[in-house]
Amino acid sequence: MELNVLMYLVPAIVMFGCGVYGFLTRKNMIAIMISLELMLNAVDINFVVFNRYLFPGQMEGMMFTLFAIAIAAAETALALAIIINVYRAVRNVDISEISKLKF
Amino acid sequence: MESVGNILVYCVVALVIIVCSVLTVTTRKILRSATYLLFTLFATAILYFQLDYPLLGAVQIAVYAGGIVVLFVFAILLTHKPGEDADALKTHRRVLGSVAALLTVALLGGALFTFAPLCGKALPADMADVSIENIGHFLLSTDKFGYLLPFEAISVLLLACIIGGVVIARRR
Repeated sequence: MELNVLMYLVPAIVMFGCGVYGFLTRKNMIAIMISLELMLNAVDINFVVFNRYLFPGQMEGMMFTLFAIAIAAAETALALAIIINVYRAVRNVDISEISKLKF
Repeated sequence: MESVGNILVYCVVALVIIVCSVLTVTTRKILRSATYLLFTLFATAILYFQLDYPLLGAVQIAVYAGGIVVLFVFAILLTHKPGEDADALKTHRRVLGSVAALLTVALLGGALFTFAPLCGKALPADMADVSIENIGHFLLSTDKFGYLLPFEAISVLLLACIIGGVVIARRR
């Protein structure tokens, strides 16, 4: 048995599908961020696997993943800061309750 | 021919990724959701190590597992009572989400298996030099495959992120 590209991409696809499901069904803002992280992570796996298997002489995919991880970290930090601030204002993190931009 | 250990590691990692990512979005306790996310991210890091990208695996553990998940746990503990269950999903919402997710998976899977003959080859033995030294040179070089501009853009982004965090968190 050989491990090939397909076998690495199938878990990534499942992970991305889970991210889509969670993003659409969850109403808690933090749970939505967690689903977003799942989707970002699935894309990172794709970059790395394609780089390693199809273009092993280059390192573009790895660099993309490195930068994507950095951007994901920044984005999560800021989003959680916003969520905590919203919680301070309305004591709630449920998106269906938060319908105003200004309190 | 792949070694048995490699295949075993792959099977465990794939299983952990699939099971834990499903549990991440289906469990009703938000803290458990964050914990399953942690397991998924660790499994991904093992995948990177297995594919011979040690720096990427280390970054994945340090930034994702060490930074982002801790941030999530802090945010959850600040905004939730411990042990609290989320409300059960409404049926139409769950159906909508499942249909969208299944459509996405079907679309991506269809695309993937259309190109299956292209993807069937084994792991190439020769690869680019991914030592820390070489990556460092690439990150700060200005020639054709250099990454100086994205590197600087990321530093500006992080600076903006720090300032944004301070401004948002400041009490008025």
